[in-house]
Amino acid sequence: MIRIALKMLVGDRPKYIGMILGVMFSSFVITQQSSIFTGIMTRTFGFINDSPLPDVWVMDPKVQYIDDIKPLQDTQLLRVRGVDGVEWATPLYKGLLKARLSNGVFQNCNVIGLDDASLVGGPGNMIKGKLEDLRRADGVIVDIVGAQGRLAKILPDGSRQTLDIGDTLELNDRRAIVVGIASISRTFQSQPVIYTTYSRAMNFAPRERKLLSFVLVKAKPGVAISDLARNIQSQTGLKAVTAEEFKHMTVMYFLKYTGIPINFGIGVLLGFLVGTAIVGQIFHNFTLDNLRYFGALKAMGASNGTLLRMIIVQAIVVGLIGYGIGVGAASMFYHVSKKSELAFRMPAELLIVSATAVTVICVIAAIFSIRKVFKLEPAIVFKS
Amino acid sequence: MTTGVPSNIAVHCAGVTKTYTTETTTVPALRGIDIDVKFGELLMLVGPSGCGKTTLISVIAGILDHDSGECLVFNRDLKHMPDKDRTKFRGENIGFVFQAYNLIHTLTAQENVAIPLLIRGVVFDEALKKAAEVLQRVGLGERLTSLPSELSGGQQQRVAIARALVHEPKLIVCDEPTAALDHDTGQKIMGLFREVAIGENRALIIVTHDSRIFPFADRIAKLDDGKIIAVATAKEFLNGNQHL
Repeated sequence: MIRIALKMLVGDRPKYIGMILGVMFSSFVITQQSSIFTGIMTRTFGFINDSPLPDVWVMDPKVQYIDDIKPLQDTQLLRVRGVDGVEWATPLYKGLLKARLSNGVFQNCNVIGLDDASLVGGPGNMIKGKLEDLRRADGVIVDIVGAQGRLAKILPDGSRQTLDIGDTLELNDRRAIVVGIASISRTFQSQPVIYTTYSRAMNFAPRERKLLSFVLVKAKPGVAISDLARNIQSQTGLKAVTAEEFKHMTVMYFLKYTGIPINFGIGVLLGFLVGTAIVGQIFHNFTLDNLRYFGALKAMGASNGTLLRMIIVQAIVVGLIGYGIGVGAASMFYHVSKKSELAFRMPAELLIVSATAVTVICVIAAIFSIRKVFKLEPAIVFKS
Repeated sequence: MTTGVPSNIAVHCAGVTKTYTTETTTVPALRGIDIDVKFGELLMLVGPSGCGKTTLISVIAGILDHDSGECLVFNRDLKHMPDKDRTKFRGENIGFVFQAYNLIHTLTAQENVAIPLLIRGVVFDEALKKAAEVLQRVGLGERLTSLPSELSGGQQQRVAIARALVHEPKLIVCDEPTAALDHDTGQKIMGLFREVAIGENRALIIVTHDSRIFPFADRIAKLDDGKIIAVATAKEFLNGNQHL
């Protein structure tokens, strides 16, 4: 009877296509919106991802997320280094500074000051130049997106030219020479990112008593990272978290204090509701149209269990095809837009989430139909 | 299993009543039906609209419960059978021919005919093979892959008859099988019924308004207002046609 169920489904072409489109729409919207949401959330901790070496990030106790800079005194670095179990600890500066471009335009940039000796926290993917080139006088490394975009040189004819090695910028009235171009993870902040050494960053940054943003710590071999973080916290009074904890902290901040989850949640919910309405309605109509056939099947000896299986198979087929096309369309969307600034991340977990949503949609649609068929009196077959 | 019914009786109804009740009205549809249908017999139920013919075949076919009385089909009391068993019993023993044919429009003639076998769990290809044989018997061997919409009314009814026969049921119930057909086609369909549907171990009950097909019946039972008011052979009825 499964083949009969499939033929009944496929034979009613308009409703069959309508149901698939409904599921496809839901699956696409749910996957696409959730992927953008996940992409944005991933960007919030992109900088932490780009700094894989440190095990522990140490910061002011009031810091809530990666861009919430509450500077420390430089002496805190020494205190952290004094904690048992610390292999090494390096300073990191992170702050927004104004860069003056060759055409005189000012552009806010995210300046990262790396430990002069080790350059820990530097970009891992250099497109031009080497990380060590930062040691050259006035050297800075610029991210490729910034170099091609907001930091690009404006030529006399108005065209833009990508910032390249050897080009200069002014940061807080001080000269900076581009010594490298790097590819880095996009972050939630849209400003260009400029890497330099910690000491040079101190010169670029306006004079303040405290300028140290984070202390990056590596645990000695055999030392548990979580224990080390706890020790640093108890001995220095600073906040010390593992990289994973810092990512979690950052994401939680954005989830709690921004409207991002609500905005995307509404998109996902709408996709779910509209999909449920479309598929539920069409599936219900499909069943109503076939009610006399179901009645005839019942009269001819088909049990409720057989009819249930038929409807479930129909729902599964619609769900699988619609889901496949929807997720495929979301992947295509990603493929087409991956060179744009759109944040898009589609991990396997997300596919499970959208598959679950589609399953719920199909189950709801099928339940309406199943109820109708179960309540059906086979005697209706004799009504002309 | 109830005993006491002669073995040549396929259907035994005694004092069968059925009342339809809504919130505001109560309509007695059957008011004590007594009738037996023998194996090898074609019984026609006739009477004006609303007299209870369709209700009676629904009760006999086990798709509607009567209120009181006894209705035995092959000596089995369907009313007191668990739902699952009754559904299975119908699938194995009863064939249906509906006025509106009820052929699934997206299936071919062959697939429609195969349905009763598929319900019984016969493998798809085997069911199709058997369906093709029966369609051959009803003269539609050339139209196996036709959709119902590609067939004439008479051909669709032949498919419906083939569907009722394919699993070799012992009882076939038909509701107005010729109502939608012209005279010639109706006569051919009834000829077909007599040719392929009647057998020693099979009984046929036809509900009809169509007096042109009365000669095909062995007996005719006339219902009025929920009661059987006359039972006679076709010949007797036709001779005293003024009573019909």
